[in-house]
Amino acid sequence: MITFDAVTKRYPDGTTAVDRLSLEAPTGEITVFVGPSGCGKTTSLRMINRMIDATEGKILLDGEPVQGIDPPTLRRGIGYVIQQAGLFPHRKIVDNVATVPFLLGWSRKKARDRAMELLERVGLDLSLAERYPFQLSGGQQQRVGVARALAADPPVLLMDEPFSAVDPVVRTSLQDELLRLQAELNKTIIFVTHDIDEAIKLGDRVAVLRVGGQLAQLAAPKTLLSEPADDFVREFLGRDRGIRRLQFVPTAGLPLRTDLTVPEGHDGTADEPWLLAVTPDDRPVGWISKDRPGQLEQFGTFLYGQDPLRSALDAALLSPSGHAVAVDETGQVAGVLTRKALDQAMMEAADG
Amino acid sequence: MTWLTDFFGDPARWSGPDGIPVRMLEHLEFSVLALVLAMLIAIPLGLLIGHTGRGGVVVVVSANLARALPTLGILVLFVLLLGTASIWPVIIPLVLLAVPPILVNTFEGIRGVDPELRDAAYGMGLRGGQVLGRVLVPVALPLILLGLRLSAIQVVATTTVAAYTGLGGLGRFMIDGFATQDYSSVVGGSVLIVLFALVVQLAFMLTQRVTVSPGVSQRLKIR
Ligand SMILES: Nc1ncnc2c1ncn2[C@@H]1O[C@H](COP(=O)(O)OP(=O)(O)O)[C@@H](O)[C@H]1O
Ligand SMILES: [Mg+2]
Repeated sequence: MITFDAVTKRYPDGTTAVDRLSLEAPTGEITVFVGPSGCGKTTSLRMINRMIDATEGKILLDGEPVQGIDPPTLRRGIGYVIQQAGLFPHRKIVDNVATVPFLLGWSRKKARDRAMELLERVGLDLSLAERYPFQLSGGQQQRVGVARALAADPPVLLMDEPFSAVDPVVRTSLQDELLRLQAELNKTIIFVTHDIDEAIKLGDRVAVLRVGGQLAQLAAPKTLLSEPADDFVREFLGRDRGIRRLQFVPTAGLPLRTDLTVPEGHDGTADEPWLLAVTPDDRPVGWISKDRPGQLEQFGTFLYGQDPLRSALDAALLSPSGHAVAVDETGQVAGVLTRKALDQAMMEAADG
Repeated sequence: MTWLTDFFGDPARWSGPDGIPVRMLEHLEFSVLALVLAMLIAIPLGLLIGHTGRGGVVVVVSANLARALPTLGILVLFVLLLGTASIWPVIIPLVLLAVPPILVNTFEGIRGVDPELRDAAYGMGLRGGQVLGRVLVPVALPLILLGLRLSAIQVVATTTVAAYTGLGGLGRFMIDGFATQDYSSVVGGSVLIVLFALVVQLAFMLTQRVTVSPGVSQRLKIR
């Protein structure tokens, strides 16, 4: 656990970058620092590994004040990932990843083996190991940055806007990868970003900072969206707060109708305005409208019980039927979530 | 052309205290000695100032001062002061000449390393000396070597002038040649000096190849 106890940082020019910050980042969780540019996120993060020293207050690592630890020793026990990856250009990828194990005195073979293992873990092709950083794309370099930070298996990981310099598609895959890794590794992660969507996606807990370095709110993403502490947080969360909240509402247990599925080639005669055509092994083919029975209409699916309500709403909006198709892991139809059932679920979500 | 064949074809030119091999060795000796001394002064100083960021003014001022010095004038001055009994009246001006390019390029090379990279190195837990030795120097190496090469070329060229003081070196062929109107000696001497300078260039190119990481020179093609 990382504890900030009334931590203040004033730069020599008089700027107060962080103002009496107190918070706890629990072990094994991702705590996100989010806020507008200049609100003191980077400063707060860098006080943990003493790249910057606090002016007042204490930062504790599992109860031990970091100010009492020799900085290089402290840093070797804390993974650190920065925006531009900061890879050593003169070293091969594998040696970049092995940097901290080397420093810790591991044998060359052990350090390199460990580096290879991590490259694989972060989803990099092992043929990249013998390349130099300039031969990799920005997204690949960022993955190497993560591998390097994890190499000596530190319990704590500090990440300062690690994904903000890559394009949105790559960013999404890096975020997914981080969540997958974290599910395996259970590190104590502090993640800095100015992007509230990233904060909500990645954070177990999100600390919203305001300019001047004060904590505006610290809460789980769901709580943040439903109960913003003040106008600053509300404004920072942005407009579609209501829709984004559905990200945290589960679809497990929602009532599905199973009487709306018919085999392919059905003539569409029924009391229902819409019927779902399925293959013999229960895969969705398309919606049949009562008014235009000869035609198959577009459908949208969500993974029942795993995808959140937001995905179900998205699936419903994709189809002229207004219904969402619930499927299981194998892609077989579990049932139909009707517009009516969806409305009901959203109403309940709005009530909290 | 006959001057060249006269010069290089004459067996007498290839032996004795004023033969080609001896003069060549003398030239090499003066150049290498001056360059090594300059390196011993300029590289540690450039590394220190570039790494700590303190004393950058010293580099600029001393470099400009040294550049403004007329090498030949200094040479004559030292010869007058110290006589020609030792090689130092020649070596000291050569060292003064060789220091600025090495100092400036080492300093600029270290200081010019991307601050993000320096930051990442500290963030990994490298200590100050490790950051310098394992990250900054390898990354700044092309510039440091450039400084050395510039110095070496100047030193090799200026060592020719050392002949004026009565000391040896390849310059003697030209000076003695002019004095005795032996033009084959003048031409042959200048050809030797050009060859010498080319060999020095070649040596530095090879050093660069061997010591600079392909990741820094970006010599490798993306496969
Ligand atoms: N070395 C410094 N000297 C003076 N002021 C600084 C320094 N570093 C950051 N600041 C100031 O401190 C505030 C917080 O900066 P920073 O922690 O980098 O914010 P963020 O990462 O949230 O964008 C800003 O106003 C910034 O200008
Ligand atoms: Mg920042």
